[in-house]
Amino acid sequence: MSAPREVQVSAISDAVAGLCGQADIELPADVRRSFEQAMAAEESPVGKGVLARLLENADLAQDTRLPICQDCGLAVVFLDLGQDVHLIGGDLTEAVNEGVRRGYKDYYLRKSVCHPFSRANTGDNTPAVIHTRIVPGDKVHVWLVPKGGGSENMSKIFLLTPALGLEGVKKAVLDTVIAAGPNPCPPIILGVAVGGTFDDAAVRAKRSLLRELDSVNPDPEAAKLEEELLAAVNDLGIGPAGLGGRMTCLKVFVDIRPCHIASLPVAVNVQCHAARHKEAVL
Amino acid sequence: MSQTIRLTTPLTDQDVSQLKAGDQVLLSGTIYTARDAAHKRIVEAIKQGQEPPFPIAGAAIYYVGPSPAPPGRVIGAAGPTTSYRMDAYAPFLIERGLKAMIGKGKRGHEVKEAMVRHKAVYLAAIGGAGALMAGAITEAEVIAYPELGPEAVRRLVVEEMPLFVVNDVHGADLYEQGREAYGR
Ligand code: SF4
Repeated sequence: MSAPREVQVSAISDAVAGLCGQADIELPADVRRSFEQAMAAEESPVGKGVLARLLENADLAQDTRLPICQDCGLAVVFLDLGQDVHLIGGDLTEAVNEGVRRGYKDYYLRKSVCHPFSRANTGDNTPAVIHTRIVPGDKVHVWLVPKGGGSENMSKIFLLTPALGLEGVKKAVLDTVIAAGPNPCPPIILGVAVGGTFDDAAVRAKRSLLRELDSVNPDPEAAKLEEELLAAVNDLGIGPAGLGGRMTCLKVFVDIRPCHIASLPVAVNVQCHAARHKEAVL
Repeated sequence: MSQTIRLTTPLTDQDVSQLKAGDQVLLSGTIYTARDAAHKRIVEAIKQGQEPPFPIAGAAIYYVGPSPAPPGRVIGAAGPTTSYRMDAYAPFLIERGLKAMIGKGKRGHEVKEAMVRHKAVYLAAIGGAGALMAGAITEAEVIAYPELGPEAVRRLVVEEMPLFVVNDVHGADLYEQGREAYGR
């Protein structure tokens, strides 16, 4: 058996700090391509104009180093930890929080985390929400998703009666988007997880947002549902910024897995157009 | 037909009455920022007979919590926040002469009614276009509740801030009209 590879947790802090700046300031290339495609396809002149402004906004952010959006999000961190890695030099959770603390300060990002009742701001955008998986290999893969409040607030979880079936799932997704309307800054992206349990569905819905917008789902059943849901959502007419149009949603990600014989969980995580996600491998 | 109208604050009944849902507005002048925590305090102050941090009559309030200004900049990214969280306070301020609210997302029934009754409008800024909106802001100064951080009340001077009329004084709603026009 080979010796485990040692990784300093301070390297994880450094990576997270850098990802905070990149994610909040640089619009991912896949999202930019998707804006361009949506602009070409949009029928509403106002909607086209909004998409043009969003592209302009992304360029401005890049040039001025201001964040894309003033809501720089709560830092959601996904970690895939290789089982042949030995973390040394400190506490992993604290290392991630230290990265967030530094990144949000150094890049002039808004601190948007507070106590739920007193609403007192924690002052440094910590604590981050961290989802860790142990995977084969000797690498540490870090993804940072700064999640804005406007779109997160429009997300929903349903524990449907199995009899409602596929139609029930589709209705749950459409009802979520209708209720959200203009609030989550359309064009949106939807992370939809079907099956699993209450907790697991919500995490998978969020994790699906890490996928590239032009990626193809390897599960044909999920891929088909993605297409159907995208068409149905875009028929709602909400449009860019909710001002009316055909481009309400850029992509639906669907993740399907088995569930309890009594259950049909559906989690819908709504992501705004500021679809920030950046990753690093250590 | 929708048109583009240039307006300068403070706003009058006449200024806002000419606007129709779907029009574009280029707003200039002094405006004030407030989110839910600041609204709560402003409304409480007025109820206790104290002066609010800025004159409400003729004012435009921008629902925004900007990111910190990097060195050499007036303000950080400054796009709108979701407006429904201010619905509980908005009618009270509209009754006292507030003329325009700037944000994103749907307003509740009571806010819409107050806008019609007292002649006020709801304008949408493009949500998430934080860097772009910052470009329209030429001055920014915290004038109240600094302890609220991003939620403090700021006085902003804006130049041709690009906005859309969502709710006009006649009761029309661009979000509803938009869906009717493009839904299938
Ligand atoms: S929903 Fe997204 S784009 Fe809109 S304000 Fe919030 S973080 Fe920014």
